[in-house]
Amino acid sequence: MSKTSKTIVVASAVATAMTALAHAAAAEENEKCYGVSLAGENDCAAGPGTTCAGTSTVDYQGNAWTLVPAGTCETMELPGHRMGATAASLEADGYNGLARDLPEGTSEEGLKMVEMMDDDMMEES
Amino acid sequence: MTEVSQSQFRAAMLDSDQPVPEGLRDKAGAPAGKRFNVYRNNVAVGLTEALEAAFPVIRKLVGDAFFKALAGVYLRNHPPASPLMMHYGAEMPGFLKGFEPVRALPYLPDVARLEIAIRQSYHAADAAPVTVEDLGALPPDAFARARFTFAPAVRLVSSRFPIHGIWVANMQPDAPKPGKGAEDVLITRPKFDPRPHLLSRPAAIFTARMMEGQSLTAAMAAAGGGLDLGETLARLFTEGAITRIS
Repeated sequence: MSKTSKTIVVASAVATAMTALAHAAAAEENEKCYGVSLAGENDCAAGPGTTCAGTSTVDYQGNAWTLVPAGTCETMELPGHRMGATAASLEADGYNGLARDLPEGTSEEGLKMVEMMDDDMMEES
Repeated sequence: MTEVSQSQFRAAMLDSDQPVPEGLRDKAGAPAGKRFNVYRNNVAVGLTEALEAAFPVIRKLVGDAFFKALAGVYLRNHPPASPLMMHYGAEMPGFLKGFEPVRALPYLPDVARLEIAIRQSYHAADAAPVTVEDLGALPPDAFARARFTFAPAVRLVSSRFPIHGIWVANMQPDAPKPGKGAEDVLITRPKFDPRPHLLSRPAAIFTARMMEGQSLTAAMAAAGGGLDLGETLARLFTEGAITRIS
C-alpha cells in the first residue's frame, strides 16, 4: 500500500470511529461500587478488602484432597468438546484422560488423587 | 515467662498441626491455647474469604467446597506479602497451573489472569481520556506515525481458551455457553467499573502493539488485513482507553 492510500485508510477509519462515538448511548454508570453486592452476583470488581472477615466459619486445613471440582465447569464443554472434570467424565476416561493435558515427561503420580473420591467425604465437607 | 518469637508465632499460625507456641498467656497468666486457635482459624478463614471475593468465576467453576479447600492450600503456600488485601491472590494463575486436582481444567489459570486483570483495572489510577476528535484533528500525514498512551486501567488478556465466554457465562444471568477457541479480552474502565470486551485476533494484535508504544502503521501491519480499524479505534476511544496521542 502506498503512503497516500494508507493515510486514506486511517482517515476513513477515524471517520468511522467518530460516527460510532456520536451514536454511542450516553447512559453510563456513575456510582462507585463500595463492595456491596449480592453474593454470587458480584458486579463489583473491587475484590477483597471491602468487608471485614467473618469469624463464625471454620477452616478445615487439608481435609479435602478427595474432592473434585463440582461447579459450573461441569456444564462448560471445554476444551476440545470435552466436559470438565466431573466424576462421571473422569470415570469415562478411565482417569487416563487427565494425562492428555500434562506436558511431556510430567509425573502422573498426582492423577491418582481423584480416584480416591468417595461419597462420604464429599458430604462431610 | 518464655517469650514467643515472631517466627514461631507465624509458623504455627498457618499450620494447625503445629502446637500452640509456648509462652502465650492470657491476661490472667494462663496458657492461651484456645485463643490462639481461634486466631489462626480466623486468619485462614479471612484469607479464604478474600480469595472468594477475588476469584468469583474460578469459585463458580469449581464449586464452593472445592474452592474453599483450594484456598486453604493456596493461602498456606502464598500468605499475603502485602497488607493490601485488594491485591491478594496475584500468584493464583501459577498456583492453578501446578495444582494437580485441577489438571483437567487447563483453562483455569487464564480465567484467574482475567479476574486479576479486572481487579487491577478497578484499582488503577484515574486518567482523563482524549477523544477520537483529537485523533481526527491530526494532520493526515501524522496519522501513520501516531502513538497512543493508554489509561492505567486498560488491560489486555489473551488466552488459547474462550476466557471471555467463560467469564460471561459465569457472571451474567442467561448468558450463552462459551465457545471453543482462543479469545482475547480488552478491559477498559470508562467510568468506575471495569468492562471486559471480546476482541477479534487482529484487533487484539493491533491493540497489543499500540500498548507497546508502536506507531499506528506498525500496529496495522502486524494486525494484517483482517483488522477493522474503524471499529477498533471506536472502541478504544468510546471506552476512554486512550489518554494521549503523540
